[in-house]
Amino acid sequence: MKVVINADACTGQGRCFGIAPELFDFDDLGNGVVKGDGVVPPELEEKARLAEANCPEHAISIEA
Amino acid sequence: MTIKPPVEDFATDWDHTDPQWVANPYPIWDELREKCPVAHTNRYGGGWFPTTYELVSAVANDTDNFTSRTVVIGNGRPGEDAPPAPIGVAPPISSDPPFHHIARRLILPAFSPGVVNNIEPFVREYCNKLLDNMEGKDVVNGGSDYAQYIPVAVIRQMLGFPEKDEDLFRHFVHVVLEGIDEPDLEKRIAQFEPIQAYFENQINEHIENPRDDLTSYLLNAEIAGGKLQPEHIFGTMILVLVAGIDTTWSGIASSLYHLATNPHDLERLVNEPELMPLAIEEFLRFYSPVTMARLVKDDFDFNGCPMKKDDWLLLGFPAANRDPKAFEDADKFIIDRKINRHVAFGLGIHRCAGSNLARMEMRVAIEEFIKRYPKFTLAAGDADSVTWSQGQVRGARNLPLTITK
Repeated sequence: MKVVINADACTGQGRCFGIAPELFDFDDLGNGVVKGDGVVPPELEEKARLAEANCPEHAISIEA
Repeated sequence: MTIKPPVEDFATDWDHTDPQWVANPYPIWDELREKCPVAHTNRYGGGWFPTTYELVSAVANDTDNFTSRTVVIGNGRPGEDAPPAPIGVAPPISSDPPFHHIARRLILPAFSPGVVNNIEPFVREYCNKLLDNMEGKDVVNGGSDYAQYIPVAVIRQMLGFPEKDEDLFRHFVHVVLEGIDEPDLEKRIAQFEPIQAYFENQINEHIENPRDDLTSYLLNAEIAGGKLQPEHIFGTMILVLVAGIDTTWSGIASSLYHLATNPHDLERLVNEPELMPLAIEEFLRFYSPVTMARLVKDDFDFNGCPMKKDDWLLLGFPAANRDPKAFEDADKFIIDRKINRHVAFGLGIHRCAGSNLARMEMRVAIEEFIKRYPKFTLAAGDADSVTWSQGQVRGARNLPLTITK
């Protein structure tokens, strides 16, 4: 599993790095960024799904 | 104040200042969502009110057909003498693309999660100071003794204005928040004069002694290699006051109202502090404080509604957040709701720039309150004594709470 942020859709709602700080960080503008290569370890898969499901801008996607 | 006829049919004659709406808007919105879902009014010179999550999202993301030239509904429209449309009086909230992007990029770093984390200890200390002042009382006011003070102190601190001016600053905030409803332009300008003078003094003082705060940040900021126009700096400061104070105050007070009236949720939050992040998002969804407005740019058809140029569009994020199509059990407050794609901070390019700050203030204010007072209820169990603010910012105002042991 891998998480991806669509930077064009992200407006900095801050839900992803609030829910899963292990997977997401923020930049100077407060927009979400994926940490590292975005590969999700099995124990964080639930958090990755929640980050995706809570983004009001639908900016997060999960790739198998 | 003009006396307006009461609303009989919200589908064709809505008014967001009607006492029925102010007291409890949710049943009204539920009904409209079922039968319209876009309500109309001839009040305020004509306006529309979409009530579904889907349509609210569509409007928020459509900056081609809806302008942010003004975001607060009034009887007039900004006339020909208003600041140029793409910039507006208080950039970037009142700006449209392409200028919006520039003004927004400029202020976002000042409200980023990193900056917000740095100010958290100040907020915690300040909340405890307020709680100390309330010590020994059996009945405290969650609104006027507590919630209302917190964002004022935070904004003063962020702007880098002196702590000794706290009372004066609070008075200015009051004038600004009340003043946006003052219909007489000359009166409004007269009220603003001492505020402008005070802000100018502070700005000059910051020019002489630059430091690490929002005022110095704005003074140093550049657009296309040039410093900001003084009107832009003052406008942004006023925006921070208007947007950052009664909104967060409402968020805190409404959350305390919920906990006072739902002892099981209070008990869970006290015993399971790890629920706090989920609880904050649910407070934001269920008691969303902020409704925005847009103006229709040109005649066009929206979801079958014949919108005319300069019609108002009431952008009801709180109504969207109660849409059963978007949320399971939308009408129930679920303190550990895990899937909660709420739009309390808006959507798209105008997403609330202060959302990280507001979240932190709400979290710290509630954490400290329930730490000090793990048990409280509405005073005398009398729900009628609770009042709610009128207009586009909704929150509990008078909130007498009985502290129980």
